[in-house]
Amino acid sequence: MKILGNIGKYFLMMKVVFTKPKKWGIFWQLLLNEIQLIGINSIPIVILMSSFMGGVIALQTASNMSSPLLPAYTVGYITQSSTILEFSPTIISLILAGKVGSNIASEIGTMRITEQIDALEIMGVNSLNHLVLPKIIAAILFFPILVIFSMFMSLMGGYISLVLSDLTSTETYILGIRAFFEVGNIYYALTKTVVFGFLIVSVSSFYGYYAKGGALQVGESSTKAVVVSMISILIANFILTQMILL
Amino acid sequence: MIEVKNINKSFKDHQVLFDVSSTFEKGRVNLIIGQSGQGKSVLAKCMVGLHEIDGGQIYFDGRDFAAMNRIEKTQIRQEIGMLFQGSALFDSLTVEQNVMFPLTMFTKMTKKEIQDRVDFCLDRVNLSGKNKLFPSECSGGMQKRVGIARAIAMNPKYLFCDEPNSGLDPITSILIDGLIKDITYEYDITTIVITHDMSSVMEIGDHILFIHKGNNWWEGDRESIINTENPEIINFVYASEFMQKIRTSMQEKKHI
Repeated sequence: MKILGNIGKYFLMMKVVFTKPKKWGIFWQLLLNEIQLIGINSIPIVILMSSFMGGVIALQTASNMSSPLLPAYTVGYITQSSTILEFSPTIISLILAGKVGSNIASEIGTMRITEQIDALEIMGVNSLNHLVLPKIIAAILFFPILVIFSMFMSLMGGYISLVLSDLTSTETYILGIRAFFEVGNIYYALTKTVVFGFLIVSVSSFYGYYAKGGALQVGESSTKAVVVSMISILIANFILTQMILL
Repeated sequence: MIEVKNINKSFKDHQVLFDVSSTFEKGRVNLIIGQSGQGKSVLAKCMVGLHEIDGGQIYFDGRDFAAMNRIEKTQIRQEIGMLFQGSALFDSLTVEQNVMFPLTMFTKMTKKEIQDRVDFCLDRVNLSGKNKLFPSECSGGMQKRVGIARAIAMNPKYLFCDEPNSGLDPITSILIDGLIKDITYEYDITTIVITHDMSSVMEIGDHILFIHKGNNWWEGDRESIINTENPEIINFVYASEFMQKIRTSMQEKKHI
Protein backbone atom coordinates (compact mmCIF):
# COMPACT_ATOMS: atom_id res chain seq x y z
CA MET A 1 0.00 0.00 0.00
CA LYS A 2 2.86 2.36 0.85
CA ILE A 3 4.37 1.78 -2.61
CA LEU A 4 1.05 2.66 -4.27
CA GLY A 5 0.79 5.75 -2.06
CA ASN A 6 4.29 6.83 -3.06
CA ILE A 7 3.55 6.30 -6.76
CA GLY A 8 0.44 8.47 -6.44
CA LYS A 9 2.39 11.13 -4.55
CA TYR A 10 5.12 11.01 -7.23
CA PHE A 11 2.64 11.71 -10.03
CA LEU A 12 1.00 14.52 -8.05
CA MET A 13 4.46 15.99 -7.53
CA MET A 14 5.18 15.81 -11.27
CA LYS A 15 1.96 17.72 -11.97
CA VAL A 16 3.26 20.61 -9.83
CA VAL A 17 6.79 20.38 -11.29
CA PHE A 18 5.60 20.79 -14.87
CA THR A 19 4.11 24.25 -14.59
CA LYS A 20 5.25 27.47 -16.23
CA PRO A 21 8.28 28.97 -14.47
CA LYS A 22 7.58 32.27 -12.72
CA LYS A 23 10.47 34.04 -14.46
CA TRP A 24 12.16 32.61 -17.53
CA GLY A 25 15.37 34.56 -16.87
CA ILE A 26 15.82 32.83 -13.52
CA PHE A 27 14.86 29.48 -15.03
CA TRP A 28 17.55 29.71 -17.76
CA GLN A 29 20.12 30.65 -15.15
CA LEU A 30 19.17 27.66 -13.00
CA LEU A 31 19.16 25.41 -16.07
CA LEU A 32 22.73 26.41 -16.97
CA ASN A 33 23.82 25.76 -13.37
CA GLU A 34 22.22 22.32 -13.45
CA ILE A 35 23.80 21.46 -16.80
CA GLN A 36 27.12 22.26 -15.18
CA LEU A 37 26.38 20.23 -12.02
CA ILE A 38 24.54 17.27 -13.52
CA GLY A 39 26.13 17.10 -16.94
CA ILE A 40 29.54 18.66 -17.29
CA ASN A 41 30.73 17.52 -13.86
CA SER A 42 29.85 13.94 -14.83
CA ILE A 43 32.16 13.89 -17.87
CA PRO A 44 35.27 12.57 -16.02
CA ILE A 45 33.45 9.56 -14.56
CA VAL A 46 31.84 8.83 -17.94
CA ILE A 47 35.26 8.90 -19.64
CA LEU A 48 36.77 6.61 -17.02
CA MET A 49 33.94 4.08 -16.92
CA SER A 50 33.35 3.98 -20.67
CA SER A 51 37.02 3.55 -21.62
CA PHE A 52 37.50 0.60 -19.30
CA MET A 53 34.11 -0.86 -20.22
CA GLY A 54 34.95 -0.80 -23.95
CA GLY A 55 38.42 -2.16 -23.27
CA VAL A 56 37.06 -5.12 -21.30
CA ILE A 57 34.36 -5.93 -23.89
CA ALA A 58 36.95 -5.97 -26.69
CA LEU A 59 39.44 -8.03 -24.68
CA GLN A 60 36.88 -10.59 -23.54
CA THR A 61 35.41 -11.00 -27.01
CA ALA A 62 38.84 -11.34 -28.60
CA SER A 63 40.12 -13.83 -26.02
CA ASN A 64 36.96 -16.00 -26.21
CA MET A 65 36.83 -16.22 -30.02
CA SER A 66 38.20 -19.72 -30.54
CA SER A 67 36.09 -20.75 -33.55
CA PRO A 68 37.82 -20.12 -36.93
CA LEU A 69 34.36 -19.72 -38.49
CA LEU A 70 33.92 -16.37 -36.77
CA PRO A 71 35.31 -13.48 -38.82
CA ALA A 72 38.03 -11.37 -37.18
CA TYR A 73 35.89 -8.24 -37.33
CA THR A 74 33.47 -9.86 -34.80
CA VAL A 75 35.40 -8.19 -31.96
CA GLY A 76 34.67 -4.71 -33.33
CA TYR A 77 31.10 -5.60 -34.20
CA ILE A 78 30.29 -7.00 -30.74
CA THR A 79 31.99 -4.07 -29.01
CA GLN A 80 30.04 -1.62 -31.17
CA SER A 81 26.63 -3.26 -30.80
CA SER A 82 26.84 -4.02 -27.08
CA THR A 83 28.16 -0.54 -26.36
CA ILE A 84 25.50 1.26 -28.35
CA LEU A 85 22.55 -0.94 -27.42
CA GLU A 86 23.13 -1.54 -23.74
CA PHE A 87 26.38 -0.61 -22.09
CA SER A 88 26.48 3.10 -22.81
CA PRO A 89 22.81 3.98 -22.22
CA THR A 90 22.06 1.56 -19.39
CA ILE A 91 25.30 1.09 -17.47
CA ILE A 92 26.23 4.78 -17.66
CA SER A 93 22.71 5.70 -16.51
CA LEU A 94 23.06 3.32 -13.57
CA ILE A 95 26.35 4.97 -12.67
CA LEU A 96 24.79 8.42 -13.02
CA ALA A 97 21.90 7.29 -10.81
CA GLY A 98 24.50 6.76 -8.11
CA LYS A 99 26.40 9.98 -8.69
CA VAL A 100 23.70 12.45 -9.72
CA GLY A 101 20.78 10.80 -7.90
CA SER A 102 22.39 10.82 -4.48
CA ASN A 103 23.58 14.38 -5.04
CA ILE A 104 20.08 15.62 -5.94
CA ALA A 105 18.33 13.75 -3.10
CA SER A 106 20.76 15.00 -0.47
CA GLU A 107 20.73 18.57 -1.81
CA ILE A 108 16.93 18.84 -1.85
CA GLY A 109 16.62 16.82 1.38
CA THR A 110 18.98 19.21 3.18
CA MET A 111 16.99 22.15 1.85
CA ARG A 112 13.86 20.51 3.24
CA ILE A 113 15.16 19.89 6.77
CA THR A 114 16.82 23.31 7.01
CA GLU A 115 13.49 24.96 6.08
CA GLN A 116 14.87 26.44 2.84
CA ILE A 117 11.96 24.87 0.94
CA ASP A 118 9.52 26.35 3.46
CA ALA A 119 11.21 29.73 2.90
CA LEU A 120 10.59 29.40 -0.85
CA GLU A 121 6.95 28.46 -0.29
CA ILE A 122 6.41 31.37 2.12
CA MET A 123 7.75 33.76 -0.51
CA GLY A 124 5.13 32.39 -2.88
CA VAL A 125 7.59 30.41 -5.02
CA ASN A 126 6.46 27.06 -6.42
CA SER A 127 9.38 25.21 -4.83
CA LEU A 128 8.96 22.03 -6.87
CA ASN A 129 8.94 23.90 -10.15
CA HIS A 130 11.85 26.10 -9.06
CA LEU A 131 14.06 23.28 -7.79
CA VAL A 132 13.16 20.22 -9.83
CA LEU A 133 12.20 21.39 -13.34
CA PRO A 134 15.66 22.81 -14.26
CA LYS A 135 17.27 19.55 -13.06
CA ILE A 136 14.93 17.41 -15.17
CA ILE A 137 15.42 19.53 -18.29
CA ALA A 138 19.20 19.57 -17.76
CA ALA A 139 19.25 15.76 -17.49
CA ILE A 140 17.04 15.28 -20.54
CA LEU A 141 19.24 17.63 -22.58
CA PHE A 142 22.66 16.57 -21.37
CA PHE A 143 22.43 12.82 -20.61
CA PRO A 144 22.17 11.96 -24.34
CA ILE A 145 25.33 14.01 -24.94
CA LEU A 146 27.06 12.09 -22.14
CA VAL A 147 25.94 8.79 -23.66
CA ILE A 148 27.20 9.71 -27.13
CA PHE A 149 30.47 10.66 -25.47
CA SER A 150 30.42 7.34 -23.61
CA MET A 151 29.90 5.38 -26.87
CA PHE A 152 32.89 7.09 -28.44
CA MET A 153 35.08 6.55 -25.39
CA SER A 154 34.03 2.91 -25.08
CA LEU A 155 34.99 2.20 -28.71
CA MET A 156 38.24 4.06 -28.13
CA GLY A 157 38.87 1.97 -25.02
CA GLY A 158 38.37 -1.19 -27.09
CA TYR A 159 40.80 0.10 -29.70
CA ILE A 160 43.49 0.95 -27.13
CA SER A 161 43.09 -2.40 -25.33
CA LEU A 162 43.61 -4.24 -28.65
CA VAL A 163 46.67 -2.14 -29.42
CA LEU A 164 48.10 -3.00 -26.02
CA SER A 165 47.15 -6.69 -26.04
CA ASP A 166 47.69 -7.47 -29.73
CA LEU A 167 44.84 -10.05 -29.65
CA THR A 168 43.50 -8.89 -33.02
CA SER A 169 44.39 -6.17 -35.49
CA THR A 170 43.00 -2.69 -35.10
CA GLU A 171 42.05 -2.61 -38.82
CA THR A 172 39.64 -5.53 -38.38
CA TYR A 173 38.37 -3.93 -35.16
CA ILE A 174 37.48 -0.74 -37.04
CA LEU A 175 35.97 -2.81 -39.84
CA GLY A 176 33.83 -4.58 -37.22
CA ILE A 177 32.69 -1.28 -35.74
CA ARG A 178 31.56 -0.12 -39.17
CA ALA A 179 29.98 -3.46 -40.16
CA PHE A 180 26.21 -3.70 -39.78
CA PHE A 181 26.11 -0.27 -38.16
CA GLU A 182 22.54 0.97 -37.82
CA VAL A 183 21.72 4.58 -37.08
CA GLY A 184 18.42 3.38 -35.58
CA ASN A 185 20.34 1.83 -32.72
CA ILE A 186 21.68 5.25 -31.79
CA TYR A 187 18.15 6.67 -31.72
CA TYR A 188 17.07 3.72 -29.60
CA ALA A 189 19.93 4.33 -27.14
CA LEU A 190 19.24 8.05 -26.93
CA THR A 191 15.51 7.49 -26.38
CA LYS A 192 16.34 5.18 -23.52
CA THR A 193 18.78 7.70 -22.10
CA VAL A 194 16.19 10.48 -22.07
CA VAL A 195 13.79 8.22 -20.15
CA PHE A 196 16.53 7.14 -17.75
CA GLY A 197 17.63 10.73 -17.18
CA PHE A 198 14.06 11.74 -16.38
CA LEU A 199 13.67 8.81 -13.98
CA ILE A 200 16.95 9.48 -12.15
CA VAL A 201 16.23 13.14 -11.53
CA SER A 202 12.51 12.90 -10.78
CA VAL A 203 12.81 9.90 -8.44
CA SER A 204 15.77 11.42 -6.59
CA SER A 205 14.00 14.77 -6.28
CA PHE A 206 10.92 12.98 -4.93
CA TYR A 207 12.90 11.30 -2.14
CA GLY A 208 14.76 14.50 -1.32
CA TYR A 209 11.66 16.71 -1.33
CA TYR A 210 9.72 14.50 1.04
CA ALA A 211 12.64 13.85 3.40
CA LYS A 212 11.80 14.34 7.07
CA GLY A 213 13.83 14.53 10.26
CA GLY A 214 17.54 15.22 10.32
CA ALA A 215 20.83 14.34 8.68
CA LEU A 216 20.31 10.61 9.20
CA GLN A 217 16.97 10.66 7.38
CA VAL A 218 18.45 12.70 4.52
CA GLY A 219 21.10 9.99 4.17
CA GLU A 220 18.40 7.32 4.12
CA SER A 221 16.43 9.27 1.52
CA SER A 222 19.54 9.55 -0.59
CA THR A 223 20.12 5.79 -0.45
CA LYS A 224 16.46 5.09 -1.27
CA ALA A 225 16.65 7.53 -4.18
CA VAL A 226 19.61 5.69 -5.70
CA VAL A 227 18.12 2.22 -5.19
CA VAL A 228 14.68 3.15 -6.56
CA SER A 229 16.23 5.06 -9.50
CA MET A 230 18.30 2.00 -10.42
CA ILE A 231 15.32 -0.35 -10.18
CA SER A 232 13.24 2.08 -12.28
CA ILE A 233 15.99 2.17 -14.91
CA LEU A 234 16.11 -1.63 -15.12
CA ILE A 235 12.31 -1.92 -15.42
CA ALA A 236 12.15 0.91 -17.97
CA ASN A 237 15.00 -0.69 -19.93
CA PHE A 238 13.08 -3.95 -20.16
CA ILE A 239 9.86 -2.22 -21.24
CA LEU A 240 11.61 0.04 -23.80
CA THR A 241 13.54 -2.89 -25.28
CA GLN A 242 10.27 -4.78 -25.71
CA MET A 243 8.57 -1.75 -27.25
CA ILE A 244 11.30 -0.51 -29.59
CA LEU A 245 13.38 -3.47 -30.66
CA LEU A 246 10.91 -6.37 -30.66
CA MET B 1 -4.19 42.72 11.24
CA ILE B 2 -4.42 38.94 11.37
CA GLU B 3 -7.36 37.18 12.95
CA VAL B 4 -7.52 33.46 13.65
CA LYS B 5 -10.84 31.89 14.56
CA ASN B 6 -11.38 28.41 15.96
CA ILE B 7 -8.26 26.87 14.44
CA ASN B 8 -8.09 23.10 14.72
CA LYS B 9 -5.18 21.03 13.52
CA SER B 10 -4.39 17.34 13.84
CA PHE B 11 -1.56 15.14 12.61
CA LYS B 12 -3.14 11.73 11.99
CA ASP B 13 -4.88 10.92 15.30
CA HIS B 14 -2.98 13.48 17.34
CA GLN B 15 -4.80 16.80 17.71
CA VAL B 16 -2.37 19.66 18.22
CA LEU B 17 -4.59 22.76 18.15
CA PHE B 18 -8.04 23.06 19.72
CA ASP B 19 -10.26 25.95 18.62
CA VAL B 20 -7.52 28.57 18.88
CA SER B 21 -8.76 32.11 18.31
CA SER B 22 -6.94 35.40 18.61
CA THR B 23 -6.38 38.77 16.95
CA PHE B 24 -2.94 40.08 16.09
CA GLU B 25 -3.01 43.84 15.66
CA LYS B 26 -1.10 45.91 13.13
CA GLY B 27 1.86 47.96 14.37
CA ARG B 28 2.35 45.76 17.42
CA VAL B 29 4.74 42.95 18.27
CA ASN B 30 2.51 39.94 18.94
CA LEU B 31 4.15 37.06 20.75
CA ILE B 32 3.05 33.45 20.76
CA ILE B 33 4.65 31.80 23.76
CA GLY B 34 4.46 28.43 25.44
CA GLN B 35 6.47 25.37 26.29
CA SER B 36 7.98 23.22 23.55
CA GLY B 37 5.49 20.87 21.89
CA GLN B 38 2.39 22.86 22.83
CA GLY B 39 1.52 23.88 19.25
CA LYS B 40 2.82 27.42 18.84
CA SER B 41 4.96 26.71 15.76
CA VAL B 42 2.14 24.64 14.29
CA LEU B 43 -0.21 27.60 14.77
CA ALA B 44 2.22 29.93 12.99
CA LYS B 45 2.77 27.43 10.16
CA CYS B 46 -1.02 27.10 9.78
CA MET B 47 -1.28 30.88 9.58
CA VAL B 48 1.21 31.12 6.71
CA GLY B 49 -0.22 28.09 4.95
CA LEU B 50 2.64 25.64 5.46
CA HIS B 51 0.11 23.36 7.22
CA GLU B 52 -3.47 22.93 6.05
CA ILE B 53 -5.91 23.57 8.89
CA ASP B 54 -8.66 21.06 9.73
CA GLY B 55 -11.13 23.77 10.70
CA GLY B 56 -11.44 27.47 11.40
CA GLN B 57 -10.63 30.72 9.62
CA ILE B 58 -7.54 32.87 9.15
CA TYR B 59 -8.11 36.46 8.05
CA PHE B 60 -5.34 38.68 6.69
CA ASP B 61 -6.93 42.13 6.91
CA GLY B 62 -10.34 40.57 6.38
CA ARG B 63 -9.23 38.19 3.59
CA ASP B 64 -10.04 34.55 4.39
CA PHE B 65 -6.73 32.78 3.75
CA ALA B 66 -7.98 29.24 4.35
CA ALA B 67 -10.69 29.62 1.71
CA MET B 68 -8.27 30.84 -0.99
CA ASN B 69 -6.95 28.84 -3.94
CA ARG B 70 -3.21 28.31 -4.55
CA ILE B 71 -2.80 31.44 -6.71
CA GLU B 72 -4.58 33.70 -4.22
CA LYS B 73 -2.53 32.23 -1.37
CA THR B 74 0.63 32.92 -3.37
CA GLN B 75 -0.37 36.59 -3.63
CA ILE B 76 -0.95 36.81 0.14
CA ARG B 77 2.38 35.10 0.78
CA GLN B 78 4.16 37.85 -1.13
CA GLU B 79 2.93 40.18 1.61
CA ILE B 80 4.46 37.94 4.29
CA GLY B 81 8.05 38.02 5.47
CA MET B 82 9.28 35.16 7.60
CA LEU B 83 12.35 34.70 9.73
CA PHE B 84 12.94 31.01 10.35
CA GLN B 85 14.39 29.42 13.46
CA GLY B 86 17.49 28.27 11.58
CA SER B 87 17.42 31.37 9.31
CA ALA B 88 16.76 29.12 6.25
CA LEU B 89 19.14 31.10 4.06
CA PHE B 90 19.91 29.59 0.67
CA ASP B 91 23.36 28.01 1.08
CA SER B 92 24.39 28.40 -2.53
CA LEU B 93 23.65 32.14 -2.62
CA THR B 94 25.58 35.00 -1.07
CA VAL B 95 24.08 37.30 1.58
CA GLU B 96 23.25 39.81 -1.15
CA GLN B 97 21.71 37.20 -3.45
CA ASN B 98 19.58 35.87 -0.58
CA VAL B 99 18.07 39.30 0.02
CA MET B 100 17.80 39.89 -3.73
CA PHE B 101 15.97 36.62 -4.36
CA PRO B 102 12.34 37.69 -3.67
CA LEU B 103 12.93 40.99 -5.46
CA THR B 104 14.18 39.36 -8.69
CA MET B 105 11.48 36.72 -8.46
CA PHE B 106 8.44 38.91 -7.91
CA THR B 107 9.14 42.51 -8.87
CA LYS B 108 9.82 44.31 -12.13
CA MET B 109 12.49 46.47 -10.53
CA THR B 110 15.63 47.28 -12.52
CA LYS B 111 19.00 45.85 -11.46
CA LYS B 112 19.96 49.23 -10.00
CA GLU B 113 16.72 49.51 -8.01
CA ILE B 114 17.14 45.95 -6.71
CA GLN B 115 20.73 46.63 -5.69
CA ASP B 116 19.68 49.82 -3.89
CA ARG B 117 16.91 47.99 -2.04
CA VAL B 118 19.29 45.17 -1.05
CA ASP B 119 21.86 47.68 0.23
CA PHE B 120 19.14 49.50 2.15
CA CYS B 121 17.86 46.28 3.79
CA LEU B 122 21.36 45.11 4.70
CA ASP B 123 22.16 48.55 6.08
CA ARG B 124 18.91 48.44 8.11
CA VAL B 125 20.13 45.28 9.88
CA ASN B 126 23.69 46.63 10.26
CA LEU B 127 25.21 44.34 7.65
CA SER B 128 26.56 46.89 5.19
CA GLY B 129 29.56 45.56 3.32
CA LYS B 130 28.78 41.93 4.03
CA ASN B 131 27.08 41.48 0.63
CA LYS B 132 29.47 38.92 -0.81
CA LEU B 133 29.69 36.57 2.17
CA PHE B 134 28.06 33.14 1.98
CA PRO B 135 25.73 32.04 4.83
CA SER B 136 28.33 29.49 5.96
CA GLU B 137 30.76 32.38 6.52
CA CYS B 138 28.31 34.25 8.78
CA SER B 139 27.81 33.87 12.53
CA GLY B 140 24.41 32.80 13.93
CA GLY B 141 23.48 36.39 14.73
CA MET B 142 24.51 37.59 11.27
CA GLN B 143 22.47 34.84 9.66
CA LYS B 144 19.41 35.94 11.64
CA ARG B 145 19.96 39.51 10.52
CA VAL B 146 20.28 38.41 6.88
CA GLY B 147 17.03 36.50 7.43
CA ILE B 148 15.38 39.69 8.67
CA ALA B 149 16.78 41.66 5.72
CA ARG B 150 15.36 39.05 3.32
CA ALA B 151 12.04 39.08 5.17
CA ILE B 152 11.65 42.88 4.88
CA ALA B 153 13.00 43.14 1.31
CA MET B 154 9.51 43.03 -0.20
CA ASN B 155 8.05 45.55 2.27
CA PRO B 156 5.83 42.94 3.92
CA LYS B 157 2.58 43.72 5.66
CA TYR B 158 3.04 40.75 7.97
CA LEU B 159 6.24 39.55 9.60
CA PHE B 160 6.54 36.11 11.21
CA CYS B 161 9.57 35.24 13.33
CA ASP B 162 10.01 31.66 14.50
CA GLU B 163 12.16 31.64 17.64
CA PRO B 164 14.43 34.46 16.45
CA ASN B 165 16.70 34.18 19.50
CA SER B 166 17.34 30.46 19.55
CA GLY B 167 21.04 29.69 19.71
CA LEU B 168 22.07 33.31 20.21
CA ASP B 169 23.96 34.92 23.09
CA PRO B 170 22.01 37.42 25.26
CA ILE B 171 23.55 40.52 23.68
CA THR B 172 22.82 39.38 20.12
CA SER B 173 19.33 38.34 21.25
CA ILE B 174 18.63 41.86 22.49
CA LEU B 175 19.92 43.22 19.16
CA ILE B 176 17.60 40.96 17.17
CA ASP B 177 14.64 41.78 19.46
CA GLY B 178 15.37 45.48 19.01
CA LEU B 179 15.46 45.11 15.23
CA ILE B 180 12.13 43.26 15.15
CA LYS B 181 10.53 45.90 17.38
CA ASP B 182 11.93 48.85 15.40
CA ILE B 183 10.91 47.36 12.06
CA THR B 184 7.38 46.68 13.34
CA TYR B 185 6.88 50.27 14.51
CA GLU B 186 8.75 51.88 11.63
CA TYR B 187 6.82 50.12 8.85
CA ASP B 188 3.58 49.67 10.84
CA ILE B 189 3.35 45.96 10.11
CA THR B 190 1.71 43.05 11.89
CA THR B 191 4.48 41.10 13.56
CA ILE B 192 4.09 37.67 15.12
CA VAL B 193 7.01 36.23 17.07
CA ILE B 194 7.09 32.66 18.35
CA THR B 195 9.33 32.42 21.35
CA HIS B 196 9.91 30.93 24.74
CA ASP B 197 12.58 33.42 25.65
CA MET B 198 11.31 35.41 28.64
CA SER B 199 13.65 38.33 28.06
CA SER B 200 12.07 38.76 24.59
CA VAL B 201 8.64 38.65 26.19
CA MET B 202 9.59 41.48 28.52
CA GLU B 203 11.48 43.47 25.87
CA ILE B 204 9.13 43.46 22.92
CA GLY B 205 5.81 41.79 23.80
CA ASP B 206 2.98 44.23 23.09
CA HIS B 207 0.45 41.41 22.91
CA ILE B 208 1.14 37.93 24.25
CA LEU B 209 -0.73 34.74 23.45
CA PHE B 210 0.11 31.78 25.70
CA ILE B 211 -0.52 28.42 24.06
CA HIS B 212 -0.86 25.47 26.38
CA LYS B 213 -1.87 21.95 25.34
CA GLY B 214 -2.97 23.34 21.96
CA ASN B 215 -5.36 25.88 23.50
CA ASN B 216 -5.40 29.64 23.76
CA TRP B 217 -4.69 29.50 27.49
CA TRP B 218 -4.09 33.15 28.22
CA GLU B 219 -3.76 36.49 26.43
CA GLY B 220 -2.46 39.82 27.67
CA ASP B 221 0.49 42.19 27.62
CA ARG B 222 3.90 42.19 29.31
CA GLU B 223 2.64 43.97 32.42
CA SER B 224 -0.24 41.59 33.00
CA ILE B 225 1.89 38.46 32.47
CA ILE B 226 3.98 39.42 35.51
CA ASN B 227 0.98 39.83 37.74
CA THR B 228 -1.15 36.93 36.53
CA GLU B 229 -2.15 34.20 38.94
CA ASN B 230 -2.65 31.63 36.18
CA PRO B 231 -0.65 28.61 37.46
CA GLU B 232 0.53 27.43 34.00
CA ILE B 233 1.83 30.89 33.18
CA ILE B 234 3.55 31.13 36.55
CA ASN B 235 5.19 27.74 35.91
CA PHE B 236 6.34 28.91 32.50
CA VAL B 237 7.46 32.44 33.29
CA TYR B 238 9.08 31.64 36.62
CA ALA B 239 10.50 28.26 35.69
CA SER B 240 14.07 29.11 36.68
CA GLU B 241 15.23 29.61 40.27
CA PHE B 242 16.42 33.08 39.36
CA MET B 243 12.98 34.12 38.11
CA GLN B 244 11.35 32.59 41.19
CA LYS B 245 13.55 34.79 43.39
CA ILE B 246 12.47 37.83 41.38
CA ARG B 247 8.82 36.86 41.85
CA THR B 248 9.29 36.36 45.59
CA SER B 249 11.00 39.72 45.97
CA MET B 250 8.27 41.40 43.90
CA GLN B 251 5.58 39.87 46.08
CA GLU B 252 7.41 40.94 49.24
CA LYS B 253 7.60 44.52 47.94
CA LYS B 254 3.86 44.42 47.21
CA HIS B 255 3.08 43.39 50.80
CA ILE B 256 5.28 46.14 52.20
